Amino acid sequence: MTVLRKVLFALALPVVLFAGWFWLSDGSESFYSPPLRTILTAFADTWQPERLRADVAPSLLRLLAGYLLAVVIGIGLGMAVGLNRRLRAVLEPVLEFFRAIPPPVLVPVIMLFAGIGDGMKVIVIVFGCVWPILLNTVEGVRATDSVVLDTARAYGVTGPARLTRVILPSASPQIAAGLRQALSIAIILMVISEMFASSNGLGFTIVQFQRSFAIPEMWSGIILLGLLGFTLSLLFRLAERRALRWYEGLRAARRRAG
Amino acid sequence: MLEVKGLRKVYSSGSREVEALRDLTFTVDNGDLVCLVGPSGCGKTTLLRCVSGLLTPTSGEVRLGGSPVTGPPPGMAVVFQEYGRSLFPWMSVRANVELPLKQKKVARARRKELVESSLDAVGLTGTADAYPWQLSGGMQQRVAIARAVAYEPETLLMDEPFAAVDAQTRADLEDLVRALWQRLKVTVLFVTHDIDEAVYLGRRVVMLSSSPTVVQDELVVDLPAERDQLHTRADPKFIELRTRVYEQIQLAKKTVQK
Repeated sequence: MTVLRKVLFALALPVVLFAGWFWLSDGSESFYSPPLRTILTAFADTWQPERLRADVAPSLLRLLAGYLLAVVIGIGLGMAVGLNRRLRAVLEPVLEFFRAIPPPVLVPVIMLFAGIGDGMKVIVIVFGCVWPILLNTVEGVRATDSVVLDTARAYGVTGPARLTRVILPSASPQIAAGLRQALSIAIILMVISEMFASSNGLGFTIVQFQRSFAIPEMWSGIILLGLLGFTLSLLFRLAERRALRWYEGLRAARRRAG
Repeated sequence: MLEVKGLRKVYSSGSREVEALRDLTFTVDNGDLVCLVGPSGCGKTTLLRCVSGLLTPTSGEVRLGGSPVTGPPPGMAVVFQEYGRSLFPWMSVRANVELPLKQKKVARARRKELVESSLDAVGLTGTADAYPWQLSGGMQQRVAIARAVAYEPETLLMDEPFAAVDAQTRADLEDLVRALWQRLKVTVLFVTHDIDEAVYLGRRVVMLSSSPTVVQDELVVDLPAERDQLHTRADPKFIELRTRVYEQIQLAKKTVQK
């Protein structure tokens, strides 16, 4: 019953919004905002398996490659910086500087060095979404409880085991927060980099539709992007809930204890 | 044998210096159970951290079996006061007990044996798959004791382990410590601020002064080896001993005021 209610609650507003759009746009004569009915027809016609393979798959692969690379770099570097005070003192101002640069402005610059191929898009994604992962990892590592560290040392838990079994799990709730932020940034940058220079991909296709005045198709592409983002964040939350079950339990136990 | 000679610890931050320990000398014979008792804020935890090799003293030395302690010695296990922070919440009870053994490269079959027997010994049979935060405070401290027991130490350090549990649980845990000490023949150094607890548990009681700390007095507890909460605490001998300890602690407080 509660699960049913949860699903009902979650779906209520999207259904209302969609129905409202459908109803309000039904008599629309405007070329630029066609009736939703038309957009949905275009959606079904446009996003056929062949197009999914030709345009959506490359986008997803770039997204995945860029995101995973950013995860590896962000967590790896974040652990090093979080554990080493001197490194932190040296790197922190630089990191803040790079973080403050809006990644889209780097697309033209990166294009100069990396061309307009997949490499450029992956680099743009990495450069944009590494920061929240890196900075959250640094904070998470630094916040490791002193008693936890003492315990690990007293029981000879040192070296790699200290990193993987103690510090990384201890920082994982904060790292997860960074990963979640990074995911949405990665999607944005995937689209933007494809809009600048590309011969396939979702961002490219949407711009292409707009330039050729295929307006319902353009709208359908935007809906697809929304659905994609929604699905990815849902998958992320499922994975997070699984990995951080202990953290939820711990928090619930602390709330009960007052 | 555990020897503490002329131990001194000064904390300095900037130009401010705080002398936590002034001059501490005492020894703990192999297989003995010595309680350290002192007024609150007398640097007991600093002392224990020095003895366990987690903290480097300003001067003086700690020797275990003749060799100086410069880092956590392999044959030493520590039970911390803050069980909620000392057990790793991201690991099951089993994994918490097993991790130090993995680090010691104990074979898998032997590890399983040690985990089971130590959990049995502290009365936690069948909780191996639970997470620490699913257990009550007293049970969590039992897990921490099981972890120490499974480590098969020659020396066991306990830092006010029962300060955060309720009185009844505390009595049970005191009896548990005595039983384990008698059975395993380990050397135990038990730090507490509770005078009754020190006399009830110890074979010797070392009384500390207020900070900056020196050894105020020492006392052999000549109560029978078989002790129980009801009779031992009502024994006139027990009352006489606790009065002596109490007087010394009061004296220690006064000396510092002068």
